Amino acid sequence: MLVEYSLLLLSTVLVNNFVLVQFLGLCPFMGVSNRLETAMGMGAATTFVLTLASVCSYLTFNYILLPLDLEYLRTISFILVIAVVVQFTEMVVRKTSPLLHKVLGVYLPLITTNCAVLGVALLNVNKQHNFTQSAVYGFGAAIGFTLVLVLFSAMRERLAVADVPQPFQGAAIGMITAGLMSLAFMGFAGLV
Amino acid sequence: MIDFIFSNPLLAALIALVGLSLIFGAILGFASERFKTEGDPIADQICDLLPQTQCGQCGYPGCRPYAEAIADGERINRCPPGGEATIQALASLLDVEPLPLDEDVGEEKPKSYAFIREDECIGCTKCIQACPVDAILGSAKHMHTVITSECTGCDLCVEPCPVDCIDMIEVPVTLNNWQWQNPAKANDLIATDRGQS
Repeated sequence: MLVEYSLLLLSTVLVNNFVLVQFLGLCPFMGVSNRLETAMGMGAATTFVLTLASVCSYLTFNYILLPLDLEYLRTISFILVIAVVVQFTEMVVRKTSPLLHKVLGVYLPLITTNCAVLGVALLNVNKQHNFTQSAVYGFGAAIGFTLVLVLFSAMRERLAVADVPQPFQGAAIGMITAGLMSLAFMGFAGLV
Repeated sequence: MIDFIFSNPLLAALIALVGLSLIFGAILGFASERFKTEGDPIADQICDLLPQTQCGQCGYPGCRPYAEAIADGERINRCPPGGEATIQALASLLDVEPLPLDEDVGEEKPKSYAFIREDECIGCTKCIQACPVDAILGSAKHMHTVITSECTGCDLCVEPCPVDCIDMIEVPVTLNNWQWQNPAKANDLIATDRGQS
């Protein structure tokens, strides 16, 4: 049992990493990775939202939509769930850490449209995960997202002071770095 | 009734979505009451970094209004008393590029305090009215004097004095307030970066 869950966690964090292997959630990945602190804040906020949204969408799907034969409403209901969870998180963050709220700024509401969040909710349904599996899957996806976001922002902080050739400066070198990271993460294939 | 709902997919869908929305709306309404914030917390943090001279050189009536203006997007380089150090602190708090001090609002001066040459003072109380921090003591037709520890060195009392008996004196460097000079900026330390700019 425990082995099964840790394997699921490992496979979502490393092998099927949502950003670098499944290419979901690239917008915050490029947008918020300029500074390490911002990236950590974004990672923490996304981890919270993603885990909660994954569990909430599981409950909504299995206890409201399935009994009523309304599976076809899953996308719109999941979007509703995600929007509410994000809004809730924003209120909590504004209360507990105004600076993080200012730093995350527009990116916090943007978690709503982070396709990784909706992706996790829909994949949970597709893969017929049970409650615990959904929670682990959402948490693993979020940890994977945070991991690559933090790694990537550390690299970009180093790149900011590096002597990059003119044509590759700015976003271009960021894209190249992301590509190389993606290649590296492909190396985890077959681990689980 | 329930049979009727189940036999009508359209009705069931409608009820499910509206019900979900209502529940979520109630949760959010509760949360917005529970996590209500008063004022603008980021303006508080900016205000803590400003030197609190209340001198008005930035064009705002004091440090608090300027802090609120910065929170709304005003430039951070309009505080001459705070100078370079304040701009750096604000830049790292707000995650923006530090700018050089705006020349329109004045230049950074060494920290100083006002001193009234007391035998020339005619007791007109004009400097008392000008002082933003109530650091000047005295009453009409009596000599005034400055409480040095309260004085922020904002220069606002110099202008109104009809007999020009107020001097701004630099705070002397003593063992208690001496500090090391800041090291050179990181950009100037690395030879290749110096060559580029």
